[in-house]
Amino acid sequence: MKKNQFTFINLCWLVLIVFIYFLINILISLGVLNAVYQTVLVTVMINIILAISLNMIIGITGQFSLGHAGFMAIGAYSAGVALKLFSQSTGFYMGIALGMFFSGIMALIVAIPTLRLKGDYLAIATLGFGEIIRIIIQNMKVTNGAAGLVLTKVADWKIVFVFLIISILIILFFSNSAIGRACISVREDEIASETMGINTTKYKIMAFVVGAVIASIAGALYAGSFYVIKPDMFSFNKSIDILVIVVFGGMGSFTGSILSAIIIGIINTALQSFAGIRTIAYGIILVMIMIFRPKGLLGSYEFKLSKFLKGKEENQ
Amino acid sequence: MSVLVVKNLTKNFGGLSAVSNVNLEINENELVGLIGPNGAGKTTFFNLLTGVYEPSEGSIELKINGKMKSIVKVKPYNITKLGMARTFQNIRLFKELSVLDNIKVAMNKDIKYGFFSAIFRLPKFYKEESRIHDNAIKLLEVVGLGEKRNELAKNLPYGEQRKLEIARALATNPTVLFLDEPAAGMNPQETNELTSLINKIKKDFNLTIILIEHDMSLVMTLCERIFVLDYGKLIAKGTPEEIKNNKRVVEAYLGED
Repeated sequence: MKKNQFTFINLCWLVLIVFIYFLINILISLGVLNAVYQTVLVTVMINIILAISLNMIIGITGQFSLGHAGFMAIGAYSAGVALKLFSQSTGFYMGIALGMFFSGIMALIVAIPTLRLKGDYLAIATLGFGEIIRIIIQNMKVTNGAAGLVLTKVADWKIVFVFLIISILIILFFSNSAIGRACISVREDEIASETMGINTTKYKIMAFVVGAVIASIAGALYAGSFYVIKPDMFSFNKSIDILVIVVFGGMGSFTGSILSAIIIGIINTALQSFAGIRTIAYGIILVMIMIFRPKGLLGSYEFKLSKFLKGKEENQ
Repeated sequence: MSVLVVKNLTKNFGGLSAVSNVNLEINENELVGLIGPNGAGKTTFFNLLTGVYEPSEGSIELKINGKMKSIVKVKPYNITKLGMARTFQNIRLFKELSVLDNIKVAMNKDIKYGFFSAIFRLPKFYKEESRIHDNAIKLLEVVGLGEKRNELAKNLPYGEQRKLEIARALATNPTVLFLDEPAAGMNPQETNELTSLINKIKKDFNLTIILIEHDMSLVMTLCERIFVLDYGKLIAKGTPEEIKNNKRVVEAYLGED
């Protein structure tokens, strides 16, 4: 059993992350990734953060939440208001911290009563909550109501990339620990889990709150990257969009969520010029996935670098 | 010395009394059997003792650190922490987790690191994880599943799933172990293996074991004392010999003349 984090595999991951970073950098300086593609890149990265945080609630803990856009909105507006009040980047980072805090508190308030519910009932309760957040934001002065906030851009793709890596690490570390194991046991069999000494409510709340906090980071990054935030961007549809990414990639598979966020980003971009048939094509692709891979692209499979490297050695 | 005392225990579901007015005492390091025809209320009785159901009436006292304490209205996960563990009649493993992780989940209450140690991967996390890992492997070797530790629980053959469930219950470090039909669906050879396993864990872990079973040969060879339930009532108790010759028990199983 490994005793600390400085293993060969983790070093490989680090190299891979640095490699991706420089690859994107080089592609941008060569002009391959123009401004349009950079926007797509940032959108995809934000969607990855949203998808993995939702996947932790749905795929790992087995609690069906449809209010994820609400937590994203809390993050986005915290960052937005902080950006308006304070100077550029200090305001932004303060906004992220504030968003995480508010989102965590709100998640706790929602989680305690609603996580007693199961399945469809929980979905409806969280859906309602997401809408409540949106309507509150729509009616507040400081958020400038339905017109939304117009902001300066403070986050380039590098900042988003750093937060993406941090979010992935937090969620992976959470899931691959005793806490994560307890969460999976809740998903697998709640009664058995309870008789094994697991306080199921506590772990459900924990996963829900951590997921919400990470979603608020994604919201803040969105506010920092895209100039305008409006309440109707964070409607029920946004929650469904995130859910689609999770289901498409496979519930319980984080690499699945990452892959599917990238693929859906590419599909969206490719279909941009055919605005009329875009949603139709999108729908057809989803139906196809559900027919041929009902458990999502990767199911519950998780890409592991250690397995990959070992497989290569055996092939040689 | 008794380790578990049940007095006047009753559970009503609507108008039906699934368990009514049951009194029994179980001594330390005893292996007792709980038998009865189908629908006699045996599993309900287990569910009452392990906190899954709340009793309508009566008291349940468990010996905790040398003192008898009531465990009525204590949440199931806290009852487990007080030293009661169980298996289920219809296997309830964490199917998508590996054999090893099934054990580790049950060891959760022993893990002494919190949320922040996990998120920031502090040294404590690695220390505790490796301790739990070693303990879990040791336990799997006791029940003979050491080789299969990386398989998913759902891929194990039926008999081994039963064994894993027992191992998982042991991982919670119990003083009293409830086995709900551990031999159900097993062939004679598997039942023999199970008999020796139960005897072995009783000795090695210093356990009090209470088991529900329909396999009479298993019950008669294994149990020191037997309780018989019928229609929710305790109709007989005694040694296997006494139970075999008890008129009311024979009537309950075979009907009257």
